[in-house]
Formats: sequence, C-alpha cells, structure tokens
Amino acid sequence: MAQIRIENVRKDFGSFNAVKSSTFTIEDGEFFMLLGPSGCGKTTTLRMMAGLELPTSGEIYIDGEEVGQKPASQRDIAFVFQMFALYPHLNVGKNISYPLISQGMPKAQVKKKVQEIAEILGITDILKKPVGGLSGGDRQRVALGRAIVRDPKAFFMDEPLGALDAEFREHMSEELRALHDRMGATTVYVTHDQLEAMQMGDKIVVMNHGSVEQFGVPQDIYDWPATKFVAEFIGSPPMNFLNFNGMVGVGANSVRLSNVSLPVPVTIDGANGDLTFGVRPEHVRLDDSAAYRGRVKATEYLGTTQIITLDTPNGVLKARVASSDRIDVGDTTGLTFDPRTISLFDAASGKAFLSQANVEVLSNG
Amino acid sequence: MAEVTLTNVSKSYGTEVALDDVTMTVPDGAFVVLLGPTGAGKTTTLRMVSGLDNPDTGGVTIGGRDMADLTPAQRDVAMVFQQYSLYPHLTVRQNLEFPLKSPILRTPQAEIDRKVGAVAEVLQISHKLDNKATALSGGEMQRVSIGRALVRDPAVYLMDEPLSSLDAKLRSDLRIELKSIQADSGATMLYVTHDQIEAMTMATHVGVLDNGRLVQFGNPRDIYENPISIYVASRLGQPRINVLPADVFGGAPDMATHIGLRPEQIVQGNGEESFVQRVEHLGDQTRLHLKFKAHDLITVTDAHTALKEGDIVKIRPNNPFYFDATGARLT
Repeated sequence: MAQIRIENVRKDFGSFNAVKSSTFTIEDGEFFMLLGPSGCGKTTTLRMMAGLELPTSGEIYIDGEEVGQKPASQRDIAFVFQMFALYPHLNVGKNISYPLISQGMPKAQVKKKVQEIAEILGITDILKKPVGGLSGGDRQRVALGRAIVRDPKAFFMDEPLGALDAEFREHMSEELRALHDRMGATTVYVTHDQLEAMQMGDKIVVMNHGSVEQFGVPQDIYDWPATKFVAEFIGSPPMNFLNFNGMVGVGANSVRLSNVSLPVPVTIDGANGDLTFGVRPEHVRLDDSAAYRGRVKATEYLGTTQIITLDTPNGVLKARVASSDRIDVGDTTGLTFDPRTISLFDAASGKAFLSQANVEVLSNG
Repeated sequence: MAEVTLTNVSKSYGTEVALDDVTMTVPDGAFVVLLGPTGAGKTTTLRMVSGLDNPDTGGVTIGGRDMADLTPAQRDVAMVFQQYSLYPHLTVRQNLEFPLKSPILRTPQAEIDRKVGAVAEVLQISHKLDNKATALSGGEMQRVSIGRALVRDPAVYLMDEPLSSLDAKLRSDLRIELKSIQADSGATMLYVTHDQIEAMTMATHVGVLDNGRLVQFGNPRDIYENPISIYVASRLGQPRINVLPADVFGGAPDMATHIGLRPEQIVQGNGEESFVQRVEHLGDQTRLHLKFKAHDLITVTDAHTALKEGDIVKIRPNNPFYFDATGARLT
C-alpha cells in the first residue's frame, strides 16, 4: 500500500521527448488511470514509476522515498502486462507460487498464501490444471494471482484488457475493480479507452504528446475539461465545438454566435479573437422557438437515446435526445444549450477560459 | 442494386456447423447488419454471398439470379475487410483506379477519373490522391480501401468489420459517411460487426445470428424493443439488459421463469429497496450497480446523482420483458 508522487519527471529517448515535465500524486489505495492516445507517453510514465525506464530528470517518490534511479526489483511493485506471460510447463498453482518460492518462503506458508489468493480470484478448482488449456479469462486471473501473491506496495497494469473481446472485457473490468475494492491496493492502470477510464478510475490523468493535459476525478474532467483535447478525447460522442470570433469581457454571462446571444457561466477570464463554444451532446435541446438554428444531417438510433447530427452556422453539432422524439433528416430546428454546462476555449491554444463554473475544478488540477 | 436471398443455406467446416438452415431476404437498397458473437456465422454468411465459399446445401441469389456456379468475380459484389490491404507501391489514386482497370470491366479512362474523383470527395481524401498509400494514417488507409469498393458500383457491398481497427472518433465519423454513401447510391449492403452502436445506427435491418441460425431479423428499433428471446435482448443495449428470476418483483405471468429489465424499464424512487454497491460516473450518465434480494442489477441514473455506495434506492419494474424456461419471450 503506497502513495506515489511524480515530480517534474521528464523522459527523452535520444532527441525524442517522450514525456515532458509531469507532476501528479497517486494517493494510497487509489485506482488511478493514465489515459491518452497511442504515443502520448502514458506507458513510458508507467514504466518510469515501475523502474523499467529511468527518468531523464525529475523525482519519483513511493511512500515518501525517492526511487527514481532504483531498479524495478527494489521498488516492491507488481506489473501486469497486456500480453500476460505464464510458465507453460507449470500448473496454475505453481505459476502463482513461483514468485514466493523464488523469494525463499517456507513451503507451508506458500501453500496457505496460494490458497488464499485462489479464493480471492475464484480459481481454487483449477489450481492443479496445466495453464495450456485455460480460457482467456482464467489465464488472466492466473497472471493477476502471480502479481497479487507477493503483496506488493502497488500494482501497475498496462492495458491488461486490451487483447480481450468487448463482451468479456466488460466482465473483466468489473472483476478487476471489485478485486481492487477488496484488497485496497494502489493500482495504476494505463489505457487508451476513455470509457474504461471513466468506469474504473478513482482519478484520471489525461496525457497528450508527452504532457499532462488534466488530472482529477472522472466526472470533473468530463464536465470541466481544461483543454479542447480533453473535451474531445473524453465522451462519446465528444464535446461539440462551435467556432466563433468575438470578444468576451470579464464577468460576462453570454456570448454572441452568428448574431444570437447564448448564455454562459459568468466568465473570470476575458477573451478576444477566435474562440470555441463547447457543449456536450446531452446538453443540447431541440426547441423550435429558439433563435439559434441548425439543419438535421443525420439521426442515429441508440435504443433509449438517439444522436442527431446538425449543420449550424458555426460547425457540425451532435445532440443526444430521447429516441421517442421524431426528427427527420432535412428538418431545420432551433437549438438551446444548457447554460450551466458551457465551456469556452481559446481556438488556437485549446485552453479553457476560467468561469465561475469551472474555476474550482481547473484550479485544483 | 439488387435483392439478395439466402434459402435454407447450411455450411459445415468439418464437424463445426457454421450456418444452419439460414433463410434471409436482403431487400434491394437495404443496409443489413449481421450481429452475433464470434462463431455465430456472420462472416460465413458474407462468404456465401461473395462466392469465396459455397453452401453445402441451399441457394444464394443476387438480383434474382442463382449464384450457384459463379465465381466471386462474376457476382458483381465488392468486399471490404477489417484489415485494409492496399498496394503499398501505388498512390492513393492508383489504388482507387485498380478495380476499374480490371480486364473484365474495361472502363474508359475519362470514366475512371470521374469515379475516382467523386469517391475521393465523398471520403474526404481528394487532397491525398497523389500520396503514396503508405504515407497515410490508419484511418485514411481504411477510407481508401472502402473507396476501392465504392468506385465499382457493384450490385452488393459486403463489409466485414470495416471500422473495427479505427479509433473511436474516426469510427463515429465514418459511420455517418458510410451510411449516407449507401443511402445515396441505393446499393444493397450486407455488413458484419461486433459493435452494437454500428448495428443500431446504420442498419435498416438487423439479422441476429446464434450458433449458425438466424434467430431474428427486423429493424433496429424492433430488435431492441421487441426481442424474441433473452439472447436477442442481450445483443443490444448498454448496459446490458438485466435478467433475473421472474418472481423477484411478484406479478409475473404463469409461464415466466425470467424477467428482463433494461435500465429504462426500471423505475427509481418507489417500489422495493435495493442496495447501491457501486456508482460509476461515465460523464453523460451514471451507472448504478445495485444488489436486489441477492441479485446483481445495473441501471442508469442522472449524471450528477447524489447517490453513493451504501445508499438504499427503491426500484420497481415498468413494462418489463418476461421469458420462459427456454429463453423465449412471453408476450
């Protein structure tokens, strides 16, 4: 059980800067997600925490002790990879006990420990089986067992569910999360799947091009993204961006898009120039009396809800509405946006402007 | 543009039955999505229509013509696979032209230029036409491989998970593009996917396959709102439909052994008490993992709910589905 702190950590591979100066803290017992597209530096960050890579500069603290330059074997962590490797010539029980036996633990104690782990994972009935004939799920449980059995300070997982099909993946992600809740061990989990991150994580770090874009609890990040990148990477469909050129003073409570005044949360930053009005699909309402207009381009039925794609004077917009509403392609309709939920961004830098709605989230992150 | 029919088609590979007496009519201009887990027979169905494989028994027609002795090239179908295969030494334009230059088609060059230009525009790759195929991103390469099928104006498009290798954002863009290309061209589409969002959003008809049998065929709304069995009901809907013993809320009809509850079929705030085990904030909605009389249940609630682990929430069913012991729906 451990708190892990990353301070100004940077990693270069030759002339390539994989991770820019990153700082964040993983609290004891947290299920912590490193989220981002491929090449964003999330795996490199995890490998540095684990000691599989050494940082070019910066410090890594595990429970207050600086371990940045220590090898993996001295950090007392367990690593679970996407492609879990088991010893094919050993049975399930021997695969799990291997790390204990190589530590020199007495046999009786090993046996007790393996039994305990097998019970946690629900695999007591296959302990004597060879690993060759196991299903994907059981193989993964064995790999987890081998990681857990050592009672490490923290678990590091790199896309452990990446190779599984969708149905099974959902099942295993629930199982992993439940396992974490039972054991309470600090877990750091790398994924490119935003839904997986939202679903499993206590906290999320969103990375892009080697930098930390935002750090916080999932719902806060979803509601109040710090950048356009985060707004787009999290949520499906992503946040809508309506581009406009305008001036917004400090303390303003509306903006003008195509000559229509749209209310927004009271601004703290002033802004001028090319701006982006950000609204999530579920906060768009179709309302024929509204002045801001859009033309329906496509409708997508999703069961309970449907996604409506519209052309507006400021770009394409998607709305999520009840599937019972009758909407036809080609219709022109008025649109309103829930004013409490709006984010404004600088179009070029992508940074969110502070408002009274997002200031609390963005100044903590 | 053509109607496709399969009549009593069966196919085995060794002792594995891949298709079991499948009869299906794909109407002219329809977008049919085949849905089912790995091994259900989706890809085998496509192979029967394409001519890459032949049925053991039963027949396939395209546009009213029996396909029994025709090779894939003679069938006027265009296929797109999950893994794009482009000619790496050719440009995007040359890749798109390739099918039109086949000796069977003998398309004049002016016609080729027109078609390639039009398809490139639709797929938004006009500006990349003279790039080498290898100089494209994954999403662009997949567009080119879809484009190679589209330039041909075939009677039928056959697509096997064409979007599954793409990232989420690109997938959602291409879903709309593919759907509108198909609707505009009026071509018949047979499309295989694992992804229920693709099935719901693109299909005019969904065919649900279970162990080589076609168990339900209808429009997406029908499949979602009127599933004929637990199996079909579990194919669509996220989170998945909850299936519990029929009598857990009382009031179940005679033959019922199971009750099926999608999140919208569970009313919160009145009824019987359930225990909140876990709250998952997904952004636009929040999932509640509930324990109800020793059964696990997942439902959906407001994104900013105040409910938390350990709370009690009352629930009752609202127009639930009931199923009998074989899993068939009772109406």
